[in-house]
Amino acid sequence: MKTNFKNIGSYFKKDQHIKRLIVMIIVWMLFIALTKFNKFYSLLNFQTMAAQFPEFGLMALGIMLCMITGGIDLSIVGIANMTAILNAFLLLALTSENGSLPPYAIPLVFVLAIVIGAAAGLFNGLLVSKVKIPAILATMGAGELFRGVCMALTNGNAVSKFSRTYSQLINNKIGGIFPVQLLIFIIMAVVIWFILSKTVFGTKIYMLGSNLKAAKYSGLKTDKLLIKTYMLSGICAGLGGMIMLANYNSARADYGSVYTLQCVLIVVLGGVNPLGGKGKISGVILAIILLRMLETGINRFPHISSYYISLIWGGVLILIMVLNYFSENKKFTIKNKAA
Amino acid sequence: MVESLLKTVDIYKSFAGVQALKGVSFSLKPGEIHCLAGENGSGKSTLIKVISGVYAPTSGHIEFSGRTYNKITPIEAINNGIQVIYQDFSVFPNLSVMENLALNSELADNKRFVNWKRMRKIAEESLSKINFSIDLDLDVGSLTVAEKQMIAISRALMFNTRLIIMDEPTTALTKREVQQLFKIILKLKDQGIAILFVSHKLNEVFEISENFTILRNGEKVAEGETSSLNTDQFSYHMTGREFEAKHFIPAEISKKPIFEAKDISLSGKLEDISFSLFKGEILGITGLLDSGRSELALSMFGMNKIDSGTFELNGKVVKIDSPQAAIENKIGYVPEDRLTEGLFLSQSIADNIIISVIDKFTGKAGILDNEKREKEIKLWVEELSIATPDPNNECQTLSGGNQQRIALAKWLACNLDILILNGPTVGVDIGSKHDIHEILQNLANKGLGVIIISDDLPEILENCSRVLVMKSGKIVSDLDAKTSDEQAILSYMM
Repeated sequence: MKTNFKNIGSYFKKDQHIKRLIVMIIVWMLFIALTKFNKFYSLLNFQTMAAQFPEFGLMALGIMLCMITGGIDLSIVGIANMTAILNAFLLLALTSENGSLPPYAIPLVFVLAIVIGAAAGLFNGLLVSKVKIPAILATMGAGELFRGVCMALTNGNAVSKFSRTYSQLINNKIGGIFPVQLLIFIIMAVVIWFILSKTVFGTKIYMLGSNLKAAKYSGLKTDKLLIKTYMLSGICAGLGGMIMLANYNSARADYGSVYTLQCVLIVVLGGVNPLGGKGKISGVILAIILLRMLETGINRFPHISSYYISLIWGGVLILIMVLNYFSENKKFTIKNKAA
Repeated sequence: MVESLLKTVDIYKSFAGVQALKGVSFSLKPGEIHCLAGENGSGKSTLIKVISGVYAPTSGHIEFSGRTYNKITPIEAINNGIQVIYQDFSVFPNLSVMENLALNSELADNKRFVNWKRMRKIAEESLSKINFSIDLDLDVGSLTVAEKQMIAISRALMFNTRLIIMDEPTTALTKREVQQLFKIILKLKDQGIAILFVSHKLNEVFEISENFTILRNGEKVAEGETSSLNTDQFSYHMTGREFEAKHFIPAEISKKPIFEAKDISLSGKLEDISFSLFKGEILGITGLLDSGRSELALSMFGMNKIDSGTFELNGKVVKIDSPQAAIENKIGYVPEDRLTEGLFLSQSIADNIIISVIDKFTGKAGILDNEKREKEIKLWVEELSIATPDPNNECQTLSGGNQQRIALAKWLACNLDILILNGPTVGVDIGSKHDIHEILQNLANKGLGVIIISDDLPEILENCSRVLVMKSGKIVSDLDAKTSDEQAILSYMM
């Protein structure tokens, strides 16, 4: 892990996966440049993309963390919506008659988002570590549970009509250029990068992900590590929910329901091993950017129906995995032969 | 002279520039028990794969019953009566014994529907060939290693088999099970079936085989009749080094025990276990696979919570209810299965070494102090002469012996008082085995209390000063290794 910072150039050469993602982004950007230059390459378009991807980007970061431990978090959308709905109720209660919010409201909802996300993550973590339910089932069940809570709270209706101040603030551009959503994403991404590569906790979850049994025999407190990881994932999802709340200016139990699968795919596309122990945040961020650019780029071709987006997205994913298979296999045969 | 069944002539095989086999020729007669020996990486596995058709040789040819093949396909190999039983036996753990036995022939006959009666008959017939009886409806996953092996052998016999290649068949077997296996091998010999026995265990090679071939670095270094070979020559051919077998005599043993177990019980597993360990000695614990030896080790390391009894450390009662508690009390445990319990194979060598002490390398707020970390890693890589160009390489790039050194380094970094090793040299080649023994002896001399749990009796006798023999969860004997021998220990074990 140390090498990434010593020499970026050789690092990219070493990491086939990152290289491949970068090549695909460049190829796609060139293609768009040749065909639809004016419609794609505008500040406004890039700002729109940068404001859109953080909501699912944050959720993908959460899944990445869980996947590094060899698990998964399928409850992210449930957590995000639960956070958004609870905070929407709070904002509604705090909104005064003239439609303004007290100054403490914004920090308060963000603190609450972190608390709700962490609590939901704690629940997941306990199921996975103490009750030893496979992560895929535990978090899927928990996700349904959170969605049920959302439904019960709202009867399936959207919660809106709270002060516009919140949405306006998050939809602001810092200095007229930099979307606030992107800032939130970057802060969280830096925090997670720091945790993974600079802290003992980061090293431990990589180790745990590659061999849970050996981690126990090495004296690691595996349950505690897993719980912390799922709490972090919950916080990511909670913050993702707060961005959805701002982007739609409302909260509903079934917003973003396609994000679960999409985020899992992003994380795998970003080079995180679903079996655990391997994966870097740089790959996941590149995968998020690639996805966003593909989708926005395709939208610039009016005669291609938006229904084709899934088709193309699925195609890219399969292509990357096939390429991975071949490069992994090449590596493997060489290793076998050397032995 | 009897015509040879299988002959390999001047086989060369190279992979991407690495010569795995360099001109290996050997031959095998019908009904012959032949041992193919060599250390890890000597080319044994490659040779088996060339014979069974998995690899095509770069040059050279194979003769089977007089017919010459430049290369043989796996199907041709099976049709010629060659069957390979791999270390993992390639059985289906989730299917029943009957299904495992009958599936191949059902598939080979292109049957589209399942006829349970016919399958039962096929299964019964194949088991009767080796006089093995077992409930056909049991799941294979629930069987012992030895039983799985019997299933694999019966299955191999279903195809008009003339040669069975067994890859390290005794690795996970107890002494008694090995004896049963040998009986079956002799029975197969009587039926004219040749056995190619791949092993690096000395005593087995001597006991069972008539002829041997030893490979080293892809070359045949010795061959002949086993009766003309002695242990020292065998070790020399295998490693190219000469070893002096000597009994370890501890430099200094403390008067007071460093660790005591008093009346340890674990329901159904352990019963009233009491013993003491002194500083500077190596204590051996042996017994059959189900004797409770592993359970005892796990209890000492806090993985099994004991029902009653106490552990005392330097005369003080300590509570060991988790691995963390054991490590705090300076007890380390090198597990039985290095690959699944001991190491993080896909992670770096460096992280594997320091994982248990990683909390020591934190600066403020849990941030890794890289300088301290690197220093510690360098220290252990050198101290245990782990052969790696770069400690950031993945752990799985190393050989078994080097991997075991990493497992040791991990615990040595913890600065322990007591080190428990379960099967410290299982699957490790002779050279590394010797080195690991030396490391353990040095540790004892430095004042550690070392416990070796093993059913490798020569290993126990060579290294330990005392031997505890376990049977059915109890310690049945406490022997002085100097005055004891393998026969004596075996008589207590059985």
